[in-house]
Amino acid sequence: MSALLRIEDLSVHFPIRKGLLQRQVAEVRAVEQVTLSLNRGEAFGLVGESGCGKTTLARTVLRLVDPTSGEIWFDGKNVSGLKGKSLAPYRKQVAAIFQDPFSSLNPRMTAGKILSEVLYVHRYEGSIPGRVAELLSLCGLAPRFADLYPHEMSGGQRQRVGIARALALDPELIVCDEAVSALDVSIQAQIINLLEELRAKFGLTYLFIGHDLSVVRHLCDRLAVMYLGRIVETGTSEELFSSPRHPYTKALIDAVPAPDPDDDNTNKHGALAGEIPSPLNPPPGCVFHTRCPVAMDHCKSTVPPLSQLGGHHAAACFAVEPSQDAQR
Amino acid sequence: MSDLTVNPANATVADAPKRKNRFRAVFARDRKAQFGLIVLGLFTLGAILAPFLSPYDPNEMTLNMMSGPSGENVLGTDDLGRDLFSRILWGTQISLFVGVATVGLALVLGVLLGVLAGYYGGWIDMIIMRYIDLQWAFPNFIIAVYLVAVFGTGLLNVIVAIALAFLDDFARIARSMVLTLKEEQFIDAARVQGYSDLRIMLRHILPNAMAPVIVQATVSVSYAILAEASLSFLGLGVNPVTPTWGLILSDGRSFISRAWWLGVFPGLAIMLVVLSINFIGDALRDALDVRETDV
Repeated sequence: MSALLRIEDLSVHFPIRKGLLQRQVAEVRAVEQVTLSLNRGEAFGLVGESGCGKTTLARTVLRLVDPTSGEIWFDGKNVSGLKGKSLAPYRKQVAAIFQDPFSSLNPRMTAGKILSEVLYVHRYEGSIPGRVAELLSLCGLAPRFADLYPHEMSGGQRQRVGIARALALDPELIVCDEAVSALDVSIQAQIINLLEELRAKFGLTYLFIGHDLSVVRHLCDRLAVMYLGRIVETGTSEELFSSPRHPYTKALIDAVPAPDPDDDNTNKHGALAGEIPSPLNPPPGCVFHTRCPVAMDHCKSTVPPLSQLGGHHAAACFAVEPSQDAQR
Repeated sequence: MSDLTVNPANATVADAPKRKNRFRAVFARDRKAQFGLIVLGLFTLGAILAPFLSPYDPNEMTLNMMSGPSGENVLGTDDLGRDLFSRILWGTQISLFVGVATVGLALVLGVLLGVLAGYYGGWIDMIIMRYIDLQWAFPNFIIAVYLVAVFGTGLLNVIVAIALAFLDDFARIARSMVLTLKEEQFIDAARVQGYSDLRIMLRHILPNAMAPVIVQATVSVSYAILAEASLSFLGLGVNPVTPTWGLILSDGRSFISRAWWLGVFPGLAIMLVVLSINFIGDALRDALDVRETDV
């Protein structure tokens, strides 16, 4: 399998400017030296708590935000420097599904108009009304939805329109930024099933951003866990959930509410103490050391590299010995 | 509309309620808007038909000076014996035209500046908004006076001057709307789909930003009519013999204790038109907001 999307050493910093001369006084390090690669046809999940930079990473991949350094390679081409017209082919191949179905559709356009506009702008060859009906039915919506305004639909129906819009140009990669977290649980399940169906049908690749671990685990083949702009652990869903190695991943998985709260096994590691530090002033060394139960002295001065643990599994922690996996 | 449908393939909605023509629906219900439409319609008709409706030449002077409303002169005569009704009727033409034309011009220019500033941000925003701030620091009317002083008097110059003086309100409102809308995900979606900036501004931002702009426009029409009246009052407006509401009012001001009709009737005309436009503006805002479902 070849990599469809490769993110190399990507950092995104937002300068904070103040005063008359707009001098830079500080910067928010939203994404810090992230390296990832997505294979064609896989669903890759990116998890982490609010403010860890996962949405910024998604927006950077979508080229809504410019990277500060690092590169984004798509299908063998470096797309991180492209601007304006030269970005058009990339725009056609990469689509997005957004979090909030109430805000992601233009309130003054009917579903049909929203879909046909994409087709019109990219000079779709063939019948636009025909394609609109096809897209609606792919997403489980009857043709009459084409005449409805967003405010006349429910949240789940709107999200289906959002998905139809993402599919309009036959993209290869769809970035789903918290695509189901704003929906009711029953609707979440429907939308997740729809996303899975569509992936199987069209061989889509997903970059799925989420904070709901059970959703991400269900949908994704591989995962990466982000903390304060950095990737702390990555591996297949199976590896991460059955044998999390990084203390942060362990804490995250433990934080998933258990069906049976009396079961002693569900909360082995205890909740994390403290707050996530500000990305304005990230701690030196390992960014997690301020909350880490196993922090050592040199964690405070040296950034742990992402070390391979065999298979796809890798974690950025000094406390994790690569040999541990072999011993097991 | 129900979310309970389990099988997405069968997801249905009750047949979409037939969307009525929103404008007709709003105006059919809103009494104040109906009043506004009727009054404004009468004034417009009066303005167009002034040559046929006015009983006298508005500039014809007679010896029948300062006589109160009577069968001969419905609204009385002024200090030069001119028929007040005829003068107000002819004045409607200029007042309405100035009001609508200035606000139209101010709206187009102001919204253009506001949208550019809000959408692009950065130094474009900086330059445009510092200019708007500068203008904001002076009363609109002072700016209009200054501009007329520079351009010279005359109907066209008055229109341009008032329009330029009023555009800052529109620029500010448009910019603030754009700043709010820019955070909406459908704008992100439009960018991800590779739409041009022009398309995003015209098709996605403008239609969603217009409701408060239109409300502001109806307020500004009233102020523009008053501004024209004030400029004329100061002798900076149109040619002094032209009958405009402002001139009639300012001429009558000196006689207000002896001839109340010289102040009351042009004032009443201004008030009625301004009120009607405001009522219509409120209804327009309701009709333009597709999200307000209960029409």
